Formats: sequence, structure tokens, C-alpha cells
Amino acid sequence: MDGIHDLGGRQGFGRIRHTPNGSPFHADWEKRANALYGLAVRAGILNMDEYRHAIERMAPRHYLSASYYERSLTGLASLLVEKGIVSRDELERLAGGAFPLASPSAPGRSNAADAPRFRIGDRVVVRNEHVAGHVRMPAYIRGKRGVVVGESPPYPFPDAHAHGVEADDEPTYDVRFATSELWPNGADDAFVHVGVFRSYLLPAS
Amino acid sequence: MSASDTMERPVAPIERRVDAVRAALEAHGAVRDELIVEATRNADDQWVPENGAGIVARAWTDPAYRARLLANGRAAAAELGFELPRHHRSLVFLEDTPDVHNVICCTQCSCTAFTLIGLPPDWYKDFDYRARVVRESRTVLKEMGLDLPPEVEIRVWDTTADTRYVVLPLRPTGTEGWPQERLASIVTKDSMIGVARIAAPNA
Repeated sequence: MDGIHDLGGRQGFGRIRHTPNGSPFHADWEKRANALYGLAVRAGILNMDEYRHAIERMAPRHYLSASYYERSLTGLASLLVEKGIVSRDELERLAGGAFPLASPSAPGRSNAADAPRFRIGDRVVVRNEHVAGHVRMPAYIRGKRGVVVGESPPYPFPDAHAHGVEADDEPTYDVRFATSELWPNGADDAFVHVGVFRSYLLPAS
Repeated sequence: MSASDTMERPVAPIERRVDAVRAALEAHGAVRDELIVEATRNADDQWVPENGAGIVARAWTDPAYRARLLANGRAAAAELGFELPRHHRSLVFLEDTPDVHNVICCTQCSCTAFTLIGLPPDWYKDFDYRARVVRESRTVLKEMGLDLPPEVEIRVWDTTADTRYVVLPLRPTGTEGWPQERLASIVTKDSMIGVARIAAPNA
């Protein structure tokens, strides 16, 4: 989905609040929230793609105003309700107030039927697709051209795995894009490397 | 419509929402007190940047290990006793050279090789870094104190899948003959993310 989470290349953001050697946690509840998410994954209640997609489905206003660990907790709680582990009413009774959750999911999809294989050095183009459900193709590479520089082992296909849809595992290709291709005349000169699932790619003509 | 939109009742404080999720997971049998303690201890004591620093120091001093690390990061990390989470099926160390500087990010969430470099810092998870580093890498690095010469090529790695990236920074001059432990002590989390180069030590 073209959600609020997909921030790469968005403009208007400010200086990095760089705190060298800062602690990743600032409150005890953050540690508990992080532990609960990890234990839910370990117990097989949810997978990483479901978890990421649940966070992406938060209302944009909530997503932007919540801290990282509040987003994590909201994603986890949303999945517990969606999977029937606890009702929303019970969760709100336990919390003693409203418990904002993610919006419902659109349907997922399986692998592309015609996904080709690539080799290092191949020129590729990212499919010009708009996917309603979970997808791990950042919008800034949609329709853009790059060169394959690496290949991963097969992973669960996120567009399916986040939705309980059957699909084959498939590799990602590390694709090297020039920033001049991604944002012509609008970026610092550099290369951006993105791990792109095979189903998102076509050979560049 | 989410509960926050109805405005019927105030949102529960975050601590109470954490407690509610914990109670639900306890009722489901997925969580017990000792599991929370163990998970918290992992985050505090086990997943620390000293892990990655030890790998980097070994790679700086052992060319054969360096070659194995660059060829298969997961296997080379396992040689030193570091097992990655199962879903991190691939680990790629990105080799900095005098002419190439690597920096990692995750524009869509905040993925990192957290078992090796520690949980991500606040700024890595902030929207500003996620939005800007792919498009304005040289500017962002300069703001963060790393002013790279213009001839150095910047490669930004966006962690969009479950492959994890760690930067293998340049070994600073002036460290010739140092033992591995001393070398490891100067390798920072920032340098393995790629927003800092390691400074040459004072003579």
C-alpha cells in the first residue's frame, strides 16, 4: 500500500536528531513492549510481514504522532484482535480506556506468474504496480531502472506472507539505482541499493 | 474507524495498553514473567554493538576471515559464535574503501542487524533519517558530522527485505600492531551503520 510508512525520498523533514551512543530505550514500558512483540513472534502468533503490515495500516495521524515502540505495540495489539486472541472490548477493558488499532487490511497477492530470474549485472526495471496490500517495494523505485549487484536466499513473499496467502519463497535482488534515475535533478549524487523481490522486477529493455 | 476517531473515551495511557497486551498474551500462554525477563536481558546485554565490533576487528586483522565475511556474512558471524534470528537469512557486510562509503537505513520501518550492532538508535527510527538519507545522503552525513570528500562514492543500502547489512568500516591509520580487543574497542555502532568513520586514535 502507498502508506504513510513509505517515507524514502519524502521532502520537508528536518535535521537528524543525532545522539551518539544514545540508549535505544527511554522508559520501562518500551522494554516490555519490545519483549512482548519478540515473544509473540517466537510463539508463532504472527510473522514479520504481518507485523510490519499491521504498523503500516495505522491511521496516518496516529502513525506520525506515535513513538517507535507505540507503533510496535499497536501493530501487535491489532494482530491479536484480528487473529481472535483477544477481543477489542476486552483489550480496552484491560487498558481502562480506548486502544487505537490499525485499519483493516486489503487482500494480499501471490508471486508474479511471469517473474524472470536475473544474474549479477543484469539491467532491470521495477514494475509500475500499485498494490493495495502489503508490499516491500518502496514507492521511490517504482518504474525505475537499476542494475542487479546481488541475490539473496529465498524469503517468504511479503505480499502473500502478510496476508496468509499461499506463495513460493523467492529471492530478492540487490538492485543498484543512481539517485539521478530516482529523483532527476533532485537528489545528492549517490547510489541507492534496494533488496527487491523477484516478483517486482522485469528485464530492462 | 479507529477508537481514536470516535472521541468517545480518552485513549488509555501507553503503560496501560502495554499491560493489556501482556495480559492477553499471558492468557494465551505465550508470555510468562520469566520470558519477559529473559527477552529484556537479551535486548540489554546480548544484542550489543560489541558483537559487530569483534567481527570488524577480526576482519581488519585476518585477511582470510575478511574474505569469508564478505563472501558469506552469516557463516562468518557464526564462526565467532553469533547466530542470527532465523528470518535474517542473509547477512551482507559492506566493505568501505578509501573511494567508497556505505551507509544503511530502512525507509519503511527500522530494520537492522540488531543482534550484531544493538537495537537501532532513536535517530535511525526517526522519520527524518528514513525520509532523507536515500535522497540527500551526502547532506545528511555532513549534518551528522561526516563530511566526505566529493570524490568518495556513497552507497546507501535500504533494508527492504530480511537481508541484513552491516558496514565494514575503514581501519584508521595509527592502529598498526594493535591487538584485536583494542581494535574492537574503537568500533562504534554509528560506524557500522555508516554515519561515522572511525577517527584515528591520538598518538
